[in-house]
Amino acid sequence: MRLIERVGRWFDARVQLANTAKGVLSHPVPRQTASWFYVFGSAALIVFALQVVTGILLALIYVPSAGEAWSSLQTLNQNVSAGWFIRALHGWGSNFMVAIVLIHMVQVFLFGAYKYPRELTWIAGVLLLLLTLGMAFTGQVLRFDQDAYWGLGIGASISSRVPFIGHAVVDLLLGGPIIAGATLSRFFAFHVFVVPGLLIAFVALHLLLVIKVGINEWPMPGRIVRRETYVAKYHELLKRDGIPYFPAAIWEDVIFAGVVLLSIAACAVVLGPFGPGGQPDPTIIQTAPKPDFFFWWLYTVLSYLPPAAETPFLLIAPAVGIAFLIALPFFAGEGEKSWKRRPIAVLVVLLVAVGWGALTSLGAHTPWSPVMDAWSGEPVPAKYLEGRTALERHGALVLQLKQCRNCHALGETGGKRGPPLDEVAVRLTQDQLIRQVVQGGGNMPAYGKNLSPAETTALVAFLETLHPAGQAPAWNASQRATLP
Amino acid sequence: MSSTERPTRRGVFITIGAILNAAATLAIGIPVLRYLFSPKIRERRPGYDSWVPLGPVSSFPIGETRFATFRNPVVAPSDGETAKVACWVRNIDGRQFQIFAINCAHLGCPVRWFPQSNLFMCPCHGGAYYADGSRASGPPERGLFEYRYKVEGDALFLEAGEMPTPGGALATLSVRRSSCA
Repeated sequence: MRLIERVGRWFDARVQLANTAKGVLSHPVPRQTASWFYVFGSAALIVFALQVVTGILLALIYVPSAGEAWSSLQTLNQNVSAGWFIRALHGWGSNFMVAIVLIHMVQVFLFGAYKYPRELTWIAGVLLLLLTLGMAFTGQVLRFDQDAYWGLGIGASISSRVPFIGHAVVDLLLGGPIIAGATLSRFFAFHVFVVPGLLIAFVALHLLLVIKVGINEWPMPGRIVRRETYVAKYHELLKRDGIPYFPAAIWEDVIFAGVVLLSIAACAVVLGPFGPGGQPDPTIIQTAPKPDFFFWWLYTVLSYLPPAAETPFLLIAPAVGIAFLIALPFFAGEGEKSWKRRPIAVLVVLLVAVGWGALTSLGAHTPWSPVMDAWSGEPVPAKYLEGRTALERHGALVLQLKQCRNCHALGETGGKRGPPLDEVAVRLTQDQLIRQVVQGGGNMPAYGKNLSPAETTALVAFLETLHPAGQAPAWNASQRATLP
Repeated sequence: MSSTERPTRRGVFITIGAILNAAATLAIGIPVLRYLFSPKIRERRPGYDSWVPLGPVSSFPIGETRFATFRNPVVAPSDGETAKVACWVRNIDGRQFQIFAINCAHLGCPVRWFPQSNLFMCPCHGGAYYADGSRASGPPERGLFEYRYKVEGDALFLEAGEMPTPGGALATLSVRRSSCA
């Protein structure tokens, strides 16, 4: 023990950092910040450290080559002791990190911590959020499977919409004319060198600012932030009611970090690593590409926006959103900090959370995607065929054979792109059915050229039988009046 | 220090040092930029696109749309299976063809051909196209991308090399269309 102390003193006589470290660790913080609400920043840092360690471990085996990345992931999963566990830790760590960073941001926003004099801390935090999302996307690419391949295609298609330079942006993004070896290599460089380097730099700035400017005090309704008086008041608060961060205020951080790490490990053990999915072979097109969880909301937005609004939205909305976040401390840098006196801030958080949740849950079900094998895989429910005429049954056959089921459900199965057909006869008259089938419209292709008159007649005859037992099908009153 | 004062020895050396470092920045920086932008510079000369054989015309029956694959003309050894590209070949009447990119014009997902309903459908956001590649429904703002093609002897060739994207070269290419719906 004494030897360790002596060695320690020998080093510190030269590097002279012990006093600084002690000062930093035991810097005074307001008593009320020793709280479970203040643990998310340190937890994000701990998860980042886990990501660095597991990332380096994965890089020992992973091959960043388009020809071999996928099989090296299989090797990691199958042939390396605990390889699957390290992959799972890294994958779940990524999900936890994005979640914790977002929770941290919401907490900081609701507690008014971005206000004077912590503007730069907030801006560094916004950049850290963007870098974290950048890590999530580039990491998904390194899991070089079908989803990663077509995800890159989506990224390239979005980039290509930038006016004037879109084509060049795609070339630079892909590192060549197609998604191939150079693409994976550059995403590897981004994921392993560029973005983590920036993350470490901005984490250092973020932490430095937390130490220099001090952690945000617990917001009290009525305690107004003013540029002229804030710093003096904060120091007065520290003097009156400050406690040293270490050892008085650190224990919540330590306990929460342990809980988070154990949760990640539990998810990794129970739920396992993410993929890889199918081989990244562009000629295997029997696939329905889907991004990772945190980008589902975007997937939903891209399918629900009107086509003409997509490009402006994709190019303008992110810039506006980021500019708003960065500008926030400059137009709302003073005033009330407490969320109890900031109803608009609370509403904004609720609105964003509800919107994000709704879009994400839609992204889980993807009702806009045709079910590509429904026409051959989902039979027409027997109750719709019992007691029907030969013509009507032939119509049911046409319905299946022309892939209508890929977009239309019958008896709860089939696509949800179009409306379910179980009660279609109540909604549309015979004429309207014929017109809809032949001419399409309302997001339905026109089938006029793909159906013979006999097939159309049979199909419409079948569709006219689809109404609840006690409810009459829709009919055209004027037609009945004139053609008895 | 006034501007009329004679430059000091130290000042002269700092100026020389600054000039040397500026020269070094240019000498190193320009090649670095060229390296970073090589995917773009490469394209101007000699270009990515070239004629690629798709096989004999007889493997694409008249009136049908068939799946075809080829190796991208620009490849690197590390590309593996990603060097392969898929496309849809429509033989209209034995002389006229349409070769569609596999990538949906919306966001690049792989479209699938359904011969029963004569539609291309995209699994991602539900874009649909008619047999001639024109837009049928869904989020795409335009029809499928078409490659240039030529028939030499019995072989069908297409001009390819680059992933088709809404801002890419194929997007502005006007290829003869049939008058189908």
